[in-house]
This record gives sequence, structure tokens and C-alpha cells, in this order.
Amino acid sequence: MKDVRADERDTTMNDVKIETKGVQVYYGENHAIKDVSLAIKDKTVTAFIGPSGCGKSTFLRCLNRMNDTIDIARIEGEISIDGEDIYDPRVDPVQLRAKVGMVFQKPNPFPKSIFDNVAYGPKIHGLASNKAELDEIVETSLRRAAIWDEVKDRLQAPGTGLSGGQQQRLCIARAVATSPEVLLMDEPCSALDPIATAQVEELISELRTRYSVVIVTHSMQQAARVSQKTAFFHLGDMVEYGETDDIFTNPQDPRTEKYITGRIG
Amino acid sequence: MSVFWILVILVGLAIVGFALGRRRAIGSAGGDPKTLHSRPNYYGVGVALAALIPSLALLAIWLFVQPLYIDAQVATQIADAAIPEGSTRGLMMGDIERLAAGFDQLESRGLMTPEEIAALGPDDDIRGRLGEVGLALGSNVSAETLDAARTFRSLSATGGILMTVAVLLAGAAGFAINLARVHHSKRARNQVESVILALLLAAACIAILTTAGIVLSMLFESINFFRQYPITEFFFGLQWAPNFRGNSDLGIIPLLWGTLYISLIALLVAVPIGLFSAIYLSEYAGRRMRAIAKPLIEVLAGIPTIVYGLFALLVVGPMLRDYFAQPLGLGNSGSSVMTAGLVMGIMLIPFVSSLSDDIISAVPQSMRDGSLGLGATKAETIRQVVVPAALPGIVGAILLAASRAIGETMIVVLGAGAAARLSLNPFEAMTTVTVKIVSQLTGDTNFASPETLVAFALGLTLFVITLGLNVFALFIVRRYREQYD
Repeated sequence: MKDVRADERDTTMNDVKIETKGVQVYYGENHAIKDVSLAIKDKTVTAFIGPSGCGKSTFLRCLNRMNDTIDIARIEGEISIDGEDIYDPRVDPVQLRAKVGMVFQKPNPFPKSIFDNVAYGPKIHGLASNKAELDEIVETSLRRAAIWDEVKDRLQAPGTGLSGGQQQRLCIARAVATSPEVLLMDEPCSALDPIATAQVEELISELRTRYSVVIVTHSMQQAARVSQKTAFFHLGDMVEYGETDDIFTNPQDPRTEKYITGRIG
Repeated sequence: MSVFWILVILVGLAIVGFALGRRRAIGSAGGDPKTLHSRPNYYGVGVALAALIPSLALLAIWLFVQPLYIDAQVATQIADAAIPEGSTRGLMMGDIERLAAGFDQLESRGLMTPEEIAALGPDDDIRGRLGEVGLALGSNVSAETLDAARTFRSLSATGGILMTVAVLLAGAAGFAINLARVHHSKRARNQVESVILALLLAAACIAILTTAGIVLSMLFESINFFRQYPITEFFFGLQWAPNFRGNSDLGIIPLLWGTLYISLIALLVAVPIGLFSAIYLSEYAGRRMRAIAKPLIEVLAGIPTIVYGLFALLVVGPMLRDYFAQPLGLGNSGSSVMTAGLVMGIMLIPFVSSLSDDIISAVPQSMRDGSLGLGATKAETIRQVVVPAALPGIVGAILLAASRAIGETMIVVLGAGAAARLSLNPFEAMTTVTVKIVSQLTGDTNFASPETLVAFALGLTLFVITLGLNVFALFIVRRYREQYD
């Protein structure tokens, strides 16, 4: 696990980062996630695929307790990161979210300058003790998000003035800046054009060397390109979970096969 | 025929025009509406508008011009010698018009026949007869006045008939010409829409022109004032002591000071309370709490300011005096800047909170998610993301509150008194520009003296101040806006 080659598909060596057991999610009366148990490994890209409304985004939002912000959502079961139950009353969701970063479907930069967008998290969590350190965190994060060269001359320009793909990479830089251990991405490319999508996908492969990345996607090609592990969700059930290559070439469940061959979804 | 019936006929004509135009359009298309250039309704609306717009325009102009013309005609009839001592031609014209209106009343109520009215002479008891219909004349009716009133009536009657004929003709002509032109290739929709565009433009122009008119009228009266009173003494004078026998001190500084002092206290009360309640309502309150609390806060905006004034006079003023001013040795006046400021601040809370609440709620949820997803607390999210994103709107809300505060009169009269004073002590009675405008214009005033005209200069100054405030706020908003899309 110390030296993982980027193209290596075999991830059996990696530690388990996130483990879920019997997770149920209810939105009011609606049973949105039914008994999902899976183990997400460190330094791996795990893709959640499935038709719209299958619960994959809901499940993703359980992993950093973003569902807490929705009044009617109710979660049962156990989710642990590094063996620690994140729904334990002693865990502060605010601290958890610093450790489990999130990138959203629609790029949502704050209406602030590019610099302030990235510096937002580090400032809140006190990661920098002076301006020089903050500058360095911002630069490193922007470099990791592969957007530094495009914005280094206009760090004080508003983040909302960037193009869609740049905005999304800025949001990734913003998430990276708080030094998370896990990065959750909720359909990060659905609002982007093919070129921006390719840039973000390349970035995801890079990020894998440092973080455990969980990505929700509608695009099966994207899942096949960027992920090592894939979970297929259907109507709130996790139907199948395994090596990406196996899921796409040799699905075990007939529903998975129907979905990846385009007959449901 | 009365204007009401003319309008009824025109509307009837328009409705008939709509139906006929529509039918004719379908007919010209051979019964298939798809071959028409526009939908059939547009042809109908076109005919209706052609019947209404020219005739209504003519009616409006006629109603404006006719009285001017008749006045001029009748005025020439009165010889200079016929004007009694101590009266003017204008006063006589007023009498003549009232007399003519009285005759109209007597006739329409059936108290007198037209023949009886025609037979009335200056020696008859005309004042008594007019008294029956509730019209009081200032003096006895002279022969000249009676004659002039008769001329006035006959001119009005002729004018009325001419107007009816002309307006109805215009309506009919518009109706007929447009109906004749209905044809399946006519661009009816484009024509109707350009007419509607013109109407919308006219509505916008009315608002702008009215503003310009208000400013100009204030400006002319202010110039009149500054001809009689030195401009430097007005703007830099520290003394406000109007004296209707002349020799007044009309310095604006004490009034401006009072206005700004009271407004400042009002905003110090209203902005934090309003903003915090807006944040609570939009970010923390549950749906049910919000549904109850928001209308309750907005009730404050519906209370007439005079009621706030009474509250200030009867409750807040004495309380501040007894528990703060007197123990602290800051005076013993029931009416004070603090009283008016506090009560005005309460009045302004709903302006700030309601608008800010709407604006904060309009900040997209994705902004909050983004911040929460980075591990920010709810408070940090509100302080650093939501409120900055809503700032332009919040500044707008505060500004609205500020202009209300500067323009407020009733609360000041009852809460802060009417004594112009230049003092730092918030427990002293002071007054504002608006209160003094009212007091300079009420009562028996002479509209040529500086003591009265000063009101216009005060109003203009106030207008310039609020305008400046608006411009300044726009600048701030543009400069510091954090725009989300």
C-alpha cells in the first residue's frame, strides 16, 4: 500500500477506510436506502453507479453526515471511518466534514475571490498560523486541483467568474485545502463539457494517490475510466459491489447486467 | 352626455369591435384560422384598441382644454370696472363657477326649471336658492356675475355636446377604419404588441415625469426662497427661529442635526434587531415558527405611525424620563431624541427583517452545502457565506429603512417635540426637517414670505440627502457585491 502505481487495478492490498453495516435511510415515509453494507478502501477510487433516484447520492451524503441538514432524513445502521462510528453522539459532524471533503454536482464556488474560496476551509479550521502558510496551502491545493496555472495571476478575481470546468476544479481545490482523508464527489462532471470532464477525471486519478475518493456518477464510461471499485445501486438496494473490471465485464446480478448494457436506467 | 356614459359607449364599441374584427379575420381566411398572419383574437383586439385609444386621448385633451378656454372667454366678458373693491378677477371667476355649478345642481334636482333659472334677476334671492343645495356664496350676486355665469353655462353645455360628438366620432372612425383593414395577411399581432409596448412605455414615463415635476416645483419655490433669504445663512445658520413678522433665523443645521440624530438612533435599534430576526427566521426557525412569526413581525409595518407616536408620547417618553434621564441628570423632558429614535426603530424592524429574510432565503442552498461540506459550522456559514452573498439586498433593506427614518414626521412630533435645538444630549427635545416643513406650511400663511417658502428649500434639501444616500448605497453594493449565479 505504500507504493501504488496509478494504473494498478488490484486494490486488495489497501486498508479499509470506510465501512458501513446495514445502513437504512428514510426520507419521511420513503425508504431511500435499504440495508447497504460495504467497505471502501483507502487510496482507491470507488464509483457508485445506478439509475436516477436509486439512492447513490443519498448514500454518499451519509458518509459525511450531510443528510443531517435535511430535517426529515433518518439514518439507521453503522458507518465507521478508520473504525470510528461517525454517527456516535461524541462525533461532531463539523469535525467529520473537515476530514471527509465533498464536491457537489453543480459547481458552487462562494461569491468570493478565488483565493478566499480556497482559504475558506483552512481559515476556519486554523490550519495556517500566518499569511505565508495560508498562501502555501492555497497554492498547493490549486496545484493539486490542476488549476493553478490558469488562475495564479488572478487570485483576487471572483471565483464565480471562472468557466464551469474551472469552477468545479476550484471547488475540488477548496475541498482539498482542508487536507481531508476522504473525498466525496457527487456527480462532479454532470454540469461540465467533455473537455472539462476529461480534466476533472484526470485529476481524480491524481487525487487517488493521497485520498480515498468516492464518486457518484451517471456515466458508466466515467466509472470504468476512473474507478477501481464500483458499486451498483438500484431502487435503494446496493445490488453489486466489486472490482470495476469485474462489474463491467462479468456482472453477477442480472439487474447490473441490464443496467450496463443499457436496458434499465 | 356625461363622461361616464361616453366611456360606457366607447367600451361597448370596443367589445363589439373585438367580436366583429375577430369574425371578419376568420372570414377573410376562409374559415381556417391557420392561414391568418396572427391569431384571430389579435384582429379583434386591434379593432377594439383603434376604437378606444384615439377617442380616449381626444376625451382627455378635451376635458383639460375646455375649462381653460371657457374661463378665458368668460373672463374677457367681465369689465375691469365691474370688479368690486378689494376683489380680483380670479375671485370673481371662482364665484361665477360656483354660481354656474349651483344652477346645474338646482336644475338636475328638479328644484328649478331652466325657464325659472333664465328668469332669475340680480334682485332675486339667489343666495337663498343656492343655500338649498348646500352652496354658500360669499357675496350677493351682481348682474355681471349672473350674466357671466349664464355665459359660462351655455359655453359649457355647447362644449359638452361638441365633446360627446367629437369623441364618439373618433371612436367610430377608429373602429370603422381598422375593421375595414382587417385582412388575413394583416400583421395584427405586431400592431397590437407595439401599441401595448407604447402603453407600457407611457406608464414608465409617467413615473419619471412625475418625479421630475416634483423636483422642478420644489426647485422653483426654493429659488424664490433664496431670492429673499441668503443661501449661506440657510445652510450654515445655527439658529432656527422663524418669525412671521419677519426677521427670522432660518438655519437648517439644527433641523438636519435632529433628523440625522433621530434616524441614527432608529437605525441602531432597527438594523441589528431586524437583521438578527431575519437570520433566525430564514436559517434557524422551523417551518411552523416561520409561518407564525413572519406575519406577526410584519404586523408592525401595518401600524399607522400616529399610533407609534402615541406610544412614544404616553409610554416610552415618560419611562425614559423617569428611569434614565432624571436619575442620570440629563434633563427632564418627556419628549426626547431617544424616545423618537427608539420608537421609530421599532417601526423600522419589519422593513429590515422582512426584506433581509427574503434575500437571505434566496441565497442558494448549494452555497450553504458547500460551506457545511468543508466542515464549517452553521454560524460560520451564515457569517462568512450567506450574509455576504445577501449583502447587496441587506444594504438595500437598510437603506429603505433609512429613508423611512429621515422622512418620518408623526413619531417625531409626538416623541421628540417641535423645538429646534443643537445638542448632543439624547434626552433633550429636538425636531426634524419634516416636522418643520409641516409647521411652516400649516395655519394662515402667506405664500410669498420666506417663512413659508423655506419649507420648499427644506424639502429639496431632504430630497437631495436621500438621493445622495441612495447613490452612495448603490456604489457600496456594486463595489462589495458578492454575486452568486
